[in-house]
Amino acid sequence: MRPRVLFQLAIALALPLQGQTITIGSKPFTESYVLAELMAQLITSQTGIKVDRRFGMQGTFTSFSAITDGSIDIYPEYTGTGALAILKSTDPADQGLDSLRAKFKRLYGLTWLEPWGFNNSWAIVTKQAFAARHNLKTITDLAQVAGVRGAFTHEFMQRDDGYPGLIAAYGLRLAEARGIQHVLAYDALAADQIDVMDAYATDGEIARYNLVVLQDDRSFFPQYLATPLIRLQTLEQFPGLASILNRFAGQISSEQMQALNHEAALAGNDYAVVVQKFIHDRTAGELVSRVEPRSPLLRQTRRHLLLTGLAVLFATVLAVPLGIVMVGRPVLSRVVLGVTGVLQTIPSIAMLGFMIPLLGIGVKPAVVALFIYGLLPIVRNTYTGIDEIDPHLIEVAHGLGMDRWRRLIWLELPLAAPIIFAGIRTAAVIAVGTATLAAFIGAGGLGEPIVQGLSFNDPAMILSGAIPAALLAMVIDAVLGWVEKRIARQPVGPG
Amino acid sequence: MITYLGVHKSYGEHAALTDFTLEVQRGETLALIGPSGGGKTTVLKLANGLLAPSRGTVLLDARPIDEWDRQELRRAIGYVIQQVGLFPHWTVERNVGVLPTLEEWPPEKIAARVNELLTLVDLEPDRFKSRYPSQLSGGQAQRVGVARALALSPAMLLMDEPFGSLDPLIRAQLQTELLAILKTVEVTTILVTHDLTEAFRMGTRVAVLADGKLEQIGTPAELLSEPRSPYLKRLIKANLLQVQP
Ligand SMILES: Nc1ncnc2c1ncn2[C@@H]1O[C@H](COP(=O)(O)OP(=O)(O)OP(=O)(O)O)[C@@H](O)[C@H]1O
Ligand SMILES: [Mg+2]
Repeated sequence: MRPRVLFQLAIALALPLQGQTITIGSKPFTESYVLAELMAQLITSQTGIKVDRRFGMQGTFTSFSAITDGSIDIYPEYTGTGALAILKSTDPADQGLDSLRAKFKRLYGLTWLEPWGFNNSWAIVTKQAFAARHNLKTITDLAQVAGVRGAFTHEFMQRDDGYPGLIAAYGLRLAEARGIQHVLAYDALAADQIDVMDAYATDGEIARYNLVVLQDDRSFFPQYLATPLIRLQTLEQFPGLASILNRFAGQISSEQMQALNHEAALAGNDYAVVVQKFIHDRTAGELVSRVEPRSPLLRQTRRHLLLTGLAVLFATVLAVPLGIVMVGRPVLSRVVLGVTGVLQTIPSIAMLGFMIPLLGIGVKPAVVALFIYGLLPIVRNTYTGIDEIDPHLIEVAHGLGMDRWRRLIWLELPLAAPIIFAGIRTAAVIAVGTATLAAFIGAGGLGEPIVQGLSFNDPAMILSGAIPAALLAMVIDAVLGWVEKRIARQPVGPG
Repeated sequence: MITYLGVHKSYGEHAALTDFTLEVQRGETLALIGPSGGGKTTVLKLANGLLAPSRGTVLLDARPIDEWDRQELRRAIGYVIQQVGLFPHWTVERNVGVLPTLEEWPPEKIAARVNELLTLVDLEPDRFKSRYPSQLSGGQAQRVGVARALALSPAMLLMDEPFGSLDPLIRAQLQTELLAILKTVEVTTILVTHDLTEAFRMGTRVAVLADGKLEQIGTPAELLSEPRSPYLKRLIKANLLQVQP
């Protein structure tokens, strides 16, 4: 024990930047959460460094953009994804770690630490009974069986390194091959509606349903070795970090990862405890990590309100004056309404995606995206509210010799206020709903449990975010509706 | 006081006023009658600069309207529009006090003036001051409109059918009141009306405007004894028919 303690002390001393923060990201699926949490606990249990968890980021594009612009420092990535999706290289040589490291260093200032060991490539899986009946061990064996019914994820059906390549490589001929949602495929398989499906080699369901992975005996599928992807700058800043994160390098097998994913999925919200236990057991009790308390509802709600509030505030500050200026300028109004209208039709996930290269991840891009959605209802209502004021009143104002400013403050704004406020209310309700997606770019809020629940396929967890979000939308709508009525009822005078 | 010299006004293709020449003398009340769409409102808006003539000149005290600045004009001319046009979100007090407020009078002085004006138009200040326009009858609203126009004691008052759409009895009563007011405040007035009796009763002179043209102008006696304008003739005939049992 003693040398170990000294070793740890040495590492701690080698890390002079106590109290500094490392930001760890993950993608939105169980294994990525588990590996990211594993890295987080390895760091916090052995150093004084703080870890900021930005888990559940939407896909490779978001995570990779976030690490290249420094919004996050580390996230778990797969070598095959690095070569095929990030480098967009079909050269098998690029799937090796040496080549990946060289290219990522040169192109992105990133490096790959040591793989954990398991290969989470695509796999073809089937039930034990079916494998036994046809005596199946490999995919080559499967090619000998007639009348096989398959269902595969839509992505697998599309990609060259998926279904089209697979049938070519093995000369497979399936009786049926449908596209299906991944989680549903497991149910279909269990119900004997299909015989084979694609899976990730470490899916927790493989263990849960006791399925057989058919060997890829022709090595068709590229390797997907899970590996910490890290910024070189972070490594320089924290020199001992590599050895801390490489603690379990080459030590986690596919079966072990399957079991870990399975347990984590069962634990749901408490998956961090599963990771803590894993670290404890695998280091024979040497490393005792702390589990961060779960982000409480109150904090998520506060964050949600912050995102929404800032976005609506900024949208109001821009859109109300814009709407005022538009009155009496038909060309300008058509342009503004057209542009904000088009912005409105951009799907929220895409909008958040566009923000990342410009603003990174976190609160800032989320607020900007929500702000953009808020513009149309406010600008439109301000414009119509003022435009539809009885023209005789404006004529009287001219007759009284009121200047532009007085007309605006005394007449136009007060008379249009109920309609303008209705626009602000619409914008706020849209923002509360859309803000749940902000969790995909690490902005937190009530979307956090929703995204995590989707990743873990855990309806209760999804509801723990979705219900408060819906309630919040209703409460905000009701409160603003009440304010709106008061504004409409209570006339305001000059001065 | 106010002079129209060969004024043309057209909205796009349509000529609302052609070759209109007229002088309104200081102190007189000119009643302007004519069929709907004849150009009466246009004449008023040319006087206070809400419209600019397409051709010709409008002079106020021998100075072209467009040379007056906005503040001078609002002190010189009170305007009662056809649609009443009280600000719906303001109380009667604020509506009547709007011109003094624009002139930045001290609040006490505004309050006193509002009381005075409401009394003048026969609305009990304490009962009506804090009402909103939606809480007034049509006739009360029109009186508030008159009070608002008189606030700065203008030398000139433009009234566009101030008693339009009122029942005959109230109308007659308001005419009497207005005559009294006009005597008290000594103001030059152009009063637009559809109503012949009203025109003859209120006007020191009466002008007939049809199809954008000034058809006839004179004292009520002159017009009655020698009606030349076709519109006037028809109007007199219709009125006689109405009065005969
Ligand atoms: N802003 C405008 N644009 C186009 N045409 C107008 C406009 N204002 C008035 N007109 C037209 O000019 C003509 C004169 O209008 P004006 O309002 O002066 O009539 P009026 O004598 O006041 O009628 P009424 O007794 O019905 O109030 C009408 O034919 C009217 O349709
Ligand atoms: Mg008119």
